[in-house]
Amino acid sequence: MVRLIDVHKTYDNGTKALKGLTLRIDDGEFVFLVGPSGSGKSTVTKMLTAEIRPTEGRVVVNNYTVNNIKSSEIPYLRRTLGVVFQDFRLIDKKSVYENVAFAMRAVGAPQRVIKKRVPYMLDLVGLLHKARRCPNELAGGEQQRVAIARALVNNPSLIIADEPTGNLDPARSLEIMMLLERINSLGTTVLVVTHERELVNRFSKRVVALDGGMIISDRMGGYYQNETARH
Amino acid sequence: MKRLDISYFLRQGVGSIFSHGFMSFAAVTVMMACLIITGSFSLVAFNIDHMIAKVESQSEITVYIDEALPTGDAQALKDTIASAANVSKAVFVSKEQALSEFRKELGEDSSLVDGLQDDNPLRNSYRIFIKDVKFYGETVEALKKIPQVASVVSRKDITDRLIKVRSVVNAVSFVLIVMLGTVSLFIISNTVKLATFTRREEIAIMKMVGATNNFIRAPFVVEGFLLGLTSSVTAFFAQWGIYYYLGKTISAGFGLFALVPFSGVSQTAFLFFLASGTFVGTAGSLLAIRKFLNV
Repeated sequence: MVRLIDVHKTYDNGTKALKGLTLRIDDGEFVFLVGPSGSGKSTVTKMLTAEIRPTEGRVVVNNYTVNNIKSSEIPYLRRTLGVVFQDFRLIDKKSVYENVAFAMRAVGAPQRVIKKRVPYMLDLVGLLHKARRCPNELAGGEQQRVAIARALVNNPSLIIADEPTGNLDPARSLEIMMLLERINSLGTTVLVVTHERELVNRFSKRVVALDGGMIISDRMGGYYQNETARH
Repeated sequence: MKRLDISYFLRQGVGSIFSHGFMSFAAVTVMMACLIITGSFSLVAFNIDHMIAKVESQSEITVYIDEALPTGDAQALKDTIASAANVSKAVFVSKEQALSEFRKELGEDSSLVDGLQDDNPLRNSYRIFIKDVKFYGETVEALKKIPQVASVVSRKDITDRLIKVRSVVNAVSFVLIVMLGTVSLFIISNTVKLATFTRREEIAIMKMVGATNNFIRAPFVVEGFLLGLTSSVTAFFAQWGIYYYLGKTISAGFGLFALVPFSGVSQTAFLFFLASGTFVGTAGSLLAIRKFLNV
């Protein structure tokens, strides 16, 4: 569950990234957060992961209030989230299995649980047969699937995918989106930050469009094309 | 952290030491050198303390007679000296006897005093034994007042000199401990910083998936601790070897200044090395990791 209530963010250099943003994402939703560069998408993502705090307003993510969250509580907030990045952020010297297992170890999961859970996740993303390979031996789409497995392995209630298809060709991008849709159908809330309008319009999902730090549209279905055409 | 995976931290810490082996080797060597230097100064101070205690426990005073006085006249002073307050016994040592004792002390190098029989530079003296150590100072003063007495060498002079040397050694030791401790801290911190730098992406991912700061810190603390531990143990054995060799050399040369056997200080020395090494190692790694945790 995500709540942003009248959120403002002004960076130290004076840039006003968010200007009174109000957004609610309920459990089990699939939401596209779209908008051009500088619209405030990254600021929202960073706020949800508690990398930054709002200047004004209130941000609540999975029952943690980001405004006044203690440093010691941040890891526990992040355990309720799974983050997928455009550049995958896999560790090259670790195998696919180790990359996923590493995320479980980092939260103190016991070895016997890791041994059961990691193959299950790799199977879910269709990469169990490549568990012993290193990330640089995989294609871009496969690397992103490993990153998704890693994001999911600690059973988060919200997946934040920040431009997950930015480095992929259209066919692989579609595969990744379908995988995220499948994950959502299993009950995980999914927030996809993107500016790939064609991809957004292929899925009939809720689309929140940002521009200039404000929400300019929040509708069900592929509205992104219409909104950008209008601007 | 639900439970501590010690074997994971150990694997990561040891792996990190070997992944930048040269830097780890340099850190251990520098730290070892620092520990040996500070250890050596502490051992010197300890030996001086021991020597002071030994000298203080001996109440003997040496009275040198004016060299202008012939040996016979010097010998005749025995009653005057023995009658001084608090003197229990006065033993006359002629300059010939003193030369022969000196020749014995020199052992293999006794040829150095060959030819001095005719022009003996030593003086006639008395060894004074006192009744009560409490009046040591007063006895020395009374002996000094005898006109034919050229000088009185009491153990108090030696202890005073040793105390001065000890304070210098202590001051130097303190400065060295602070200076070399800082150097070791800097070296360890940089070694661990290198490890954190090579693993910065890993750290960022760990933060993102919800690892606590303690979990991220642990492998680096293990690394610093192990580097400190290795330095301490190797420095201890090196110090043992150096001390043993020096002890042999010194006791062969100057019987009076025999060092305290290493077995007498080994436990304290080991604890000192272990505590300083592991403290500096752990503190250095904590300093290094600090800024990488602000993700």
